[in-house]
Amino acid sequence: MGTSAVRAAKGPRAVLLLALCGAALLALCALSMAFGARDVPLGQVWHTLLGQPPDARIDDVIWSVRLPRTALGLATGAALGLSGALMQALTRNPLADPGILGVSAGAAFAVVLAVGVLGIGTVHGYVWFAFAGAFAASVLVYLLGGLGRSGTTPVKLALAGVAVTSLLFSLTSAVALTDPDALNRYRFWSAGSLANQDDEVLLRVLPFLVVGAVLALACAPGLNSLALGDDVAKSLGLRLGLVRVQGVVAVTLLTGGAVAVIGPVVFVGLVVPHIVRVLLQAAGVGPDHRWLLPLSAVLAPCLLLAADIAGRLIARPTEIQAGILVAFIGGPFFIAMVRRRRLAEH
Amino acid sequence: MTTELAPGRTDAAPPPRSPGRAAFRLAVPTVSGVVRPRLVAVCLGLAVAAFLAFSVETAVGDISLPLTDVMRALVGAGDPGTELIVRELRLPRALAGLLVGVAFGVSGALLQTVTLNPLASPDMIGITQGAGTAVVAGIVLGWDAGLSTQALGLLGALTAAVLVYVLAWRRGTTGYRIVLVGVGVAWICTSATDYLLARGQRFQAQAALGWLVGNLNGRTWQQITPLAVTLALLLPAALLLGRLTRTLQLGEDVARGLGTRVQAVRVAVLLISVGLAAFGAAAAGPVAFVALAAPQVAQRLAGTSFPPPLTAGLTGAVMVLVSDLIARKLVPDTELPVGIVTGVLGAPVLLWLLVRANRAGSGG
Repeated sequence: MGTSAVRAAKGPRAVLLLALCGAALLALCALSMAFGARDVPLGQVWHTLLGQPPDARIDDVIWSVRLPRTALGLATGAALGLSGALMQALTRNPLADPGILGVSAGAAFAVVLAVGVLGIGTVHGYVWFAFAGAFAASVLVYLLGGLGRSGTTPVKLALAGVAVTSLLFSLTSAVALTDPDALNRYRFWSAGSLANQDDEVLLRVLPFLVVGAVLALACAPGLNSLALGDDVAKSLGLRLGLVRVQGVVAVTLLTGGAVAVIGPVVFVGLVVPHIVRVLLQAAGVGPDHRWLLPLSAVLAPCLLLAADIAGRLIARPTEIQAGILVAFIGGPFFIAMVRRRRLAEH
Repeated sequence: MTTELAPGRTDAAPPPRSPGRAAFRLAVPTVSGVVRPRLVAVCLGLAVAAFLAFSVETAVGDISLPLTDVMRALVGAGDPGTELIVRELRLPRALAGLLVGVAFGVSGALLQTVTLNPLASPDMIGITQGAGTAVVAGIVLGWDAGLSTQALGLLGALTAAVLVYVLAWRRGTTGYRIVLVGVGVAWICTSATDYLLARGQRFQAQAALGWLVGNLNGRTWQQITPLAVTLALLLPAALLLGRLTRTLQLGEDVARGLGTRVQAVRVAVLLISVGLAAFGAAAAGPVAFVALAAPQVAQRLAGTSFPPPLTAGLTGAVMVLVSDLIARKLVPDTELPVGIVTGVLGAPVLLWLLVRANRAGSGG
């Protein structure tokens, strides 16, 4: 907790950092509009967006394929980044990602059930199952993590999450192994892709993502106190239970929505907050959640979009799913970062 | 994470007594140490449970045999038919379950102790994922020419482990850096596996998924011998080093002050943990959840502040054997992979212990 003078000196540097990441995101959005099975020069993209398309086919590609796809990357990326940062703060564990609270596993199990038992085969149909599964699993984890005398502790929450995740993964495998159709759907959904999702799916989930983002950002000051430990946080007047419930609800809405649409792309939520922490440290700001959360929300879609673009370019004329390339781009970058810097140890 | 001091450490003063945590200090100089009745009782109980599960595992199957006949066959005094069934079919499977359980349990306990993270397990830091990628590549791309599934699994696990260690090395390592680098490697491997699964044919994906959750079907001596040799070599070392890792719980500086060679202990413990996980995964696939849950269950059963390696190994063995029995008997005519049951069975046990330990006031 710095004095206001110190905070005033840190503010501009954090804003600069946010602006830089924002610029990177804009550039990636532009590239995402331009590259694909058929490349469109940036100038033509711009004109098309302004309503003066060079030809009808470009108009069609930009409005009905590239723009929805880019928007999907933006929205789900931001959601995953935010929920990852939130999750790590709530469980006070650097290994935590949205996968850990059982959210992704719940969604995956629901998808397999919808396909295998109910015979629902379209994204439109199972997006709600994924969302409901994500929601049910995280509520279960939170309730289980809160049973007992001392209520929710970070370690209990994380362990309960891992236990439920493992339970659901086992059940998912059981269904997938006995039902070839479910396995087929599952393996493509679980690779994680921004392609071929119609824009209506995003529009339906978007309200949940927005509410989740607002809740998440509102948590930030509380998370700063929480980082000092339960006792200190309590003595600073923080209502621990309230912040935890708010955080878990936000994580559920954000991850549940994102995972339902694009599949369990978990690496983004795990890695981006670590990268942001290193950037904040380099800028001399320190691990302040009021900057960590917004920066994660901006940097995470950068990673997702970069992976999506790379996937389109590498395997032309087909493409590799973004979820897979996220790990291939983010993984080495993350490892290099862990090596280069002394990360803030918990 | 809270770090409690285990009562009755090696100082001269008599160990402090706290309710429910009785401890006796051995005074014989050559075997100085602390004997904790609860730990011993829990270990004995688990050993009995493991032995029972092991015996039942050799007795049930398409033809169920009386336990007495099984015992006779095991020591070579049964009739030839029974001996064939028990020795060639049942015993390898039961032994594989036992050894894999011990290997994963001990491996997880060591890793969780040395990284001070209850979530750290070989499943978390890329070792089993490396095995998974190699095996799925073998199934989908046909790379298994001349190499058995287990050789591929071993190769993948060891490659991933070396990669994690080399990448985490920078004038020494810390538990924290190893875990984070491991998570990076794990996710790269998982993505490669996902890609291969999506790329392969349906039947290949099914075969690969069956391996990825962990499976004891059709084990033979060929798969068990390497694991048995590994355990015979690494288990004693693990138990000896387990004591040294406890000082690491107090923080690096304190551990150094107490005379522990922190870096050397860490390297040795990691090597053992990796070796056990790699050979375990090679023998039966990464049997889901055992490496993570067994140490946590053992820690809560024994009432210690760290996962005790031997107890964790026995817990792992019980988990795998009981799960395999259920997997074989639950759905008639289909042999579910054991990994499906370890997850379904292990999760409630871990959750129940989490809740119960908390109610007793001994922390979560």
